[in-house]
Amino acid sequence: MEKQHYLDLYHQMVLIRLVEEAAAQLYQQGKIGGFLHLYIGQEAVSTGIVSARQPQDRVITAYRDHGVAINVGIPAKQVLAELLGKATGISKGKGGSMHLADVQRNFWGGHAIVGAHLPIAAGLALGDQYQGNDAVTICMFGDGATNIGFFHEALNLSKVWNLPVLWVCENNQYGMGTAVERASAVSEIRQKAEGYDMTNSRVDGMDVIAVREATLAVLEQIRSGEGPHLMEVVTYRYRGHSMGDPERYRPLEEVKRWQESDPIGIYRRYLESQSIATAQELDTIDQRVEEEVAEAVRFAEESPEPPPEALFEDIYAE
Amino acid sequence: MARITYREAISKALWEEMERDPSVFILGEEVGVWGGTYAVTKGFYDHFGPKRVMDTPIAEATIVGAAIGAALTGLRPVAELMTINFAFAAMDHIVNQAAKLRYMFGGQFTLPLVIRTVSGGGRQLGATHSQTPDAIFAHFPGLKVVAPGTPQDAKGLLKAAIRSNDPILFIEHATLYQTRGEVPDEDYTIPIGKSIIQRPGRDVTIVTYSKMLEVSLKAAEQLSKEGIEAEIVDLRSLRPLDMEPVLQSFRKTNRAVIVEEGWRSYGVGSEVAARIYEEAFDYVDAPIQRIAQKETPLPYNRNLEQMALPQVEDVVRAVKEVL
Repeated sequence: MEKQHYLDLYHQMVLIRLVEEAAAQLYQQGKIGGFLHLYIGQEAVSTGIVSARQPQDRVITAYRDHGVAINVGIPAKQVLAELLGKATGISKGKGGSMHLADVQRNFWGGHAIVGAHLPIAAGLALGDQYQGNDAVTICMFGDGATNIGFFHEALNLSKVWNLPVLWVCENNQYGMGTAVERASAVSEIRQKAEGYDMTNSRVDGMDVIAVREATLAVLEQIRSGEGPHLMEVVTYRYRGHSMGDPERYRPLEEVKRWQESDPIGIYRRYLESQSIATAQELDTIDQRVEEEVAEAVRFAEESPEPPPEALFEDIYAE
Repeated sequence: MARITYREAISKALWEEMERDPSVFILGEEVGVWGGTYAVTKGFYDHFGPKRVMDTPIAEATIVGAAIGAALTGLRPVAELMTINFAFAAMDHIVNQAAKLRYMFGGQFTLPLVIRTVSGGGRQLGATHSQTPDAIFAHFPGLKVVAPGTPQDAKGLLKAAIRSNDPILFIEHATLYQTRGEVPDEDYTIPIGKSIIQRPGRDVTIVTYSKMLEVSLKAAEQLSKEGIEAEIVDLRSLRPLDMEPVLQSFRKTNRAVIVEEGWRSYGVGSEVAARIYEEAFDYVDAPIQRIAQKETPLPYNRNLEQMALPQVEDVVRAVKEVL
């Protein structure tokens, strides 16, 4: 990997972190409505995965979608504008935090019903298989989604039809406030693939390089026709499930313990110890991101509301 | 013009559209090797092959979900749900996904999806296999709901649905498949969201659709012998709902009976009656009558089942009530 690419991954992770912190602030100021699910702590997961895809590979994820949105290249200002419900948002202010998508960048959303996008992901892959496209669909979801029927239907179908899908479970230890072992019969999510005779793996989700390399390898397998794969990425969210989560279900010490293996910190130390970048270079990126986010917040706040006629637009194509 | 069955009309529409457009394909339970449980896709598997006629596992949510995904990639899937009773297992994908994705993502894509399914009772299949819950699906903006009552409409509407860029629930009726009717030989489509006068008359307006069109036509014949001429408006699409022919007819007759097979409460009749009262109140000469299924789960026993379903006599009686 070229140096610039390493720095780019760092830039993306810091950008996600600061966009999320800005979003938290805007939420507390009452400028963001509805739910807000922050990706802080999980940045290495989407960054590593998206960095490994080819442009023709589709990405689809759940409602904790700001990370993927940044990684596929949606400008921070269009992400924040969507969170503020503005006309300039990536979904014209009609989707909100949970429904970011950018079809031009092969990002198919942002889906808020737990597990419901897994059958849709199978269909995206079916579409590529049908048309002979050399593309893999990467479908991300949380550990909580692996207990709902959609997950099992979709995994089964993907194996029966040998669909080019990479199933990625972001195991952040909790489905809302319920710990994995309290909701799932197996605590290693990867095991669920065994029932579908599907290859599977488990990856350290706090290490962006580990995630990236694992994803590159498995995408190549899938692209060569070996069928779907379930990759479990072990990670942790530092913030609550959504804003306003009292977090009674986990001790503060646990959060602190995970924060010691912060994905941005780990990556920073890696870049420095491998002499890929100097502390100064990385500080410069931090500073650039701060300015970028401040500018994005300004853009979002100053953007116009959707016009009244937008209410009735895009319900149907015809 | 050829006289063919409702089943043949639907089958021809599918076949011709698949021949015309390689992006059209079918997926569903038993659509392939079996040939479709209502034999609509008989012969398709051998002709078009397994790539375009896909047998799925019994997994309705994923049948619809996968069809949505495939539609997002630019294909034109026709997903078959064996009966509308099984659509409840796919409810999230029909109403939370298909009906909303385009709007929610700011119109970034189209969703050219058809879900074919079968409604209706009268075949002694018991309460879970005999429902006519069409109105539920018509509740959701973003979805279109079509339910033809004649072979000609079935063919033209299905072709229009397959060519449309919107998600459409196409509801066939279980006891109409053997019904015969004139169907044009040439390629044609019928616009979605257009009601039509199926029988002209001057004395009363009967508003109906799907199987109840057949029942209403029989009632009209009977009434005609007594000198009462009923005008029958067939809605054909429940969403968008085209009230214009209904209102035009009502302004002429000033009396209406609405006939549907589903339950009366919160049903098609409720909607149509409300709209007549809202938009043609000054023309109302008698309270609008609604004929619908009795408010029970449908029983297995033949006599009880028929008691629950709307009959020709019920329509005749209701017409006499409003005159």
